[in-house]
Amino acid sequence: MTLANPKGTLPGLGYAADFKDLQSLSNGADASWIAQIRERAWTKFAELGFPTARRGNERWKYTNLAPLAKVDFRLARPDVSHAPDLLKIKALAPWDDAWTTLVFLDGRFVKRLSRPSGADCVALDLAAGLRARRDIAEQHLTRVQAVDEDHFTLLNTAFAEDGALIHIPDGASPAPIHLLFLSSDSETPQTCHPRALVVAGKNSHSNIIESFVSLSDQSQNFTNIVSEYYLDEGAKVSHHRVLMENERSFHIGNTRVYQLRDSTFDSVAFATGQAIGRNDVHVKLDAEGAECNLAGLYMTNNKQHADNNISVTHEKPRGTSHQYFKGILAGQSHAVFSGIVVVKPGAAKTYADQKDLNLLLSRGAEIDTKPSLEILADDVKCFHGATAGHVDQDTIYYMRSRGLDLETAKSMLIRGFASEVAAKVKLPALSRYIEGVIDQLLPEFALEGKK
Amino acid sequence: MTTKPRALTISREKGVEDKSYKWGFVTDVDTDLAPKGLNEGTVRLISRLKNEPEWMLEWRLKAFRHWVKMEKEDGEPGWAKIEHPPVDFQDIYYYAAPKTKDDRPKTLEEVDPELLKTFAKLGIPLQEREKLAGVAVDAVFDSVSIATSYKKKLEEVGVIFCSFSEAVLKHPELVQKYMGSVVPATDNFYAALNSAVFSDGSFAYVPPGVRCPMELMTYFRINTEGSGQFERTLIIADKGAYVSYLEGCTAPSRKTTQLHAAVVELVALDDAEVKYSTIQNWFPGTKDGQGGVYNFVTKRGKAIGRNSKISWTQVETGSAITWKYPSVILQGDNSTGEFYSVALTNNYQQADTGTKMIHIGKNTKSTIVAKGISAGHGRNTYRGQVKIMPGAENATNHTQCDSLLIGPESVANTVPYIEVRNPTARLEHEASTSKVSDDQMFYLQSRGISFEDAHHMIITGWSRDVIKELPFEFAIEANQLLKVSLEGAVG
Repeated sequence: MTLANPKGTLPGLGYAADFKDLQSLSNGADASWIAQIRERAWTKFAELGFPTARRGNERWKYTNLAPLAKVDFRLARPDVSHAPDLLKIKALAPWDDAWTTLVFLDGRFVKRLSRPSGADCVALDLAAGLRARRDIAEQHLTRVQAVDEDHFTLLNTAFAEDGALIHIPDGASPAPIHLLFLSSDSETPQTCHPRALVVAGKNSHSNIIESFVSLSDQSQNFTNIVSEYYLDEGAKVSHHRVLMENERSFHIGNTRVYQLRDSTFDSVAFATGQAIGRNDVHVKLDAEGAECNLAGLYMTNNKQHADNNISVTHEKPRGTSHQYFKGILAGQSHAVFSGIVVVKPGAAKTYADQKDLNLLLSRGAEIDTKPSLEILADDVKCFHGATAGHVDQDTIYYMRSRGLDLETAKSMLIRGFASEVAAKVKLPALSRYIEGVIDQLLPEFALEGKK
Repeated sequence: MTTKPRALTISREKGVEDKSYKWGFVTDVDTDLAPKGLNEGTVRLISRLKNEPEWMLEWRLKAFRHWVKMEKEDGEPGWAKIEHPPVDFQDIYYYAAPKTKDDRPKTLEEVDPELLKTFAKLGIPLQEREKLAGVAVDAVFDSVSIATSYKKKLEEVGVIFCSFSEAVLKHPELVQKYMGSVVPATDNFYAALNSAVFSDGSFAYVPPGVRCPMELMTYFRINTEGSGQFERTLIIADKGAYVSYLEGCTAPSRKTTQLHAAVVELVALDDAEVKYSTIQNWFPGTKDGQGGVYNFVTKRGKAIGRNSKISWTQVETGSAITWKYPSVILQGDNSTGEFYSVALTNNYQQADTGTKMIHIGKNTKSTIVAKGISAGHGRNTYRGQVKIMPGAENATNHTQCDSLLIGPESVANTVPYIEVRNPTARLEHEASTSKVSDDQMFYLQSRGISFEDAHHMIITGWSRDVIKELPFEFAIEANQLLKVSLEGAVG
């Protein structure tokens, strides 16, 4: 992961102006350590710009960021009193009254709509979290992720104002915690840079949901979130990511996971919508016996672009990791899967596998997949596989010969293909929501190729 | 104006002792050398030495100018997972030829007996007889082709098999038509370098409807210290033709590294098939990683015609560094591309190798079977690309790439790129990385098979899918090579 990329696109003047405003606002003594981190990050990002180079830019080989870089997004300054009512939100986003929910509008915490956690854990917006548990914040914030590693993490670090701080105490198993990020229907292009920090204590069990939903089809938003997960010994985190912003929006999500001994990180990511939606997940298994299971389903249509960039690094022996991603592509959409398993010297008895399976439904759609292995230890078992193809014609023939029409047959097959990942979601309300979205999308996907 | 360059006296260093590399001897022959270094003068000199026509020189100069530009702007390509000190392109002899009375010996009798002995010692008899009967050999020693066997017999059926230099003079129309049509002179850094300074190589043309009656083979030998070998091979199978081509190579054991930058172009017209097999056994360097050949090679085939087929099989055991990606452009409808590879790296060897399958035509089909073995501090990377263009209806690809690790310091990387732009395509890619199974070893040893034999047996079986694609004599040699190359790596 090198930043030797001088040919990026420098950020527009709006970014610079917003940064200046932001720094002048937050000059409390308390915030000075954050101000310093910000300053450093901004200086670096302003130098590098957006990684738009088309040559020698391996991390963004198949995703052209020029459309994102050319819009001078302004930092969102939402008026939270204009947030929509709960009814509208429930209709658009996953919801369960039993969950602890933190609602954000353009990255800004909306207390009125949120549901606080019980006493068995800490789930606060970043500002309150920093006040209440500064010890955790200082210990872990930016620990999982080296500050200068990635362009968008730098950008996020420079602008991060709000977000969430979650702490699950040792042995606790609190109610699922939902971080709901709404993009407002602003008329001008807006950006926000939320930051989430999740610290899971020893032998704790938790469910975390991150979901991203647009309030309007017309607004143009750029969400650049960084989420850091720190799993202590024996901790188990079930992570869910639901990405459903509108087709004019850009989303860059960086999820960094740091795991200690015998901890387990399960993740299911579902994505559809975005003009460019990037899902970066980087997991470091930094102690013996750690396990992570990453799954994802991306359904793209029209001109959408979904990009999954996954890395799992086995630092220590006896680690296990699975990557299981599926894509369904229609229209002129483009999807990318780039996954890597790294096994460091000495990480003996590692088991890792990696799969990316794709259904290509229409002419003009494109899938680029790059499942790689980088193995520097010998006592390992690592596998990967990738496929791309259309729905199986023999199966279609069989179903049609039993009297099903083409669309029904096709949609049944697509549904089956998608279900395998969707079934990994164990929270009933979320599962219902994702199944519902798939059902809504299906008819359009099944009609593909007929137009 | 043709002037012979002055012959420099070269040191008769016998090279380093390396028992495991029995091909590491040095042949003591007088050698004509062009002065070290690379500039436009070097290119002109090589062209003049070979009495080349003007168009050939122009082509070289164009390539050279492009290379100079590439070197200035980006330098050597840096994307492969290989590490080496930068190559000093001014510290290489670009032309080294064994001294002859005339330009080129007309018959075998005129060839320096020392050279014939060298090839006999390598197991490549140039006399048309006994062992390897039925294989026509073009022997390339440093920068020049010294002899080609069975030419008569091939001529009877219309097959042209000769050195590249001879083809430039005798078959300019074919060379002009096809040279650079698969690997353009500007294709990449090393291809551009080769296009500027290539000294010799093999040329084969199989006319329409002819099934080449014997296998064609080129044996490449680097001898002179400090020289680079830049050969160029062009093989054309006309409509309905078939040719099987073998390539072997060795070099003396030396503590200094040597550069080998070749270009191979294959062309298959309608219903034609080219089968290309390589056993690459350049000097791999010493046990502690000194010396060896840097093997930076561009190999590509173009299946232009309908129903054409191009198949690459390679066993890579040699070279300090291997950087090569024998590829196929599947342009003709129903064309087929295949890539079978075993790459072995032991001690401090590095290999970054794989293939590209570019599907353009309808119903095109490609198969990739790549096996990588890393032992000692060896680093092995499979790098492959399968690209399905929008017009490639019903294209299919199956890729299997497996890596075997022997020893905790060994490294195996797998970097496949799969790009699909047609919904009717079908692609499957599978890969695995592991060490030799303890259970299998236990089973064999409990039957009384020694540790080393058991190990060899498992590796032979594991690479069988590739080895079985080789012509018979080559398959035996390949198995031996795998065994020898792994000596000392296990146990």
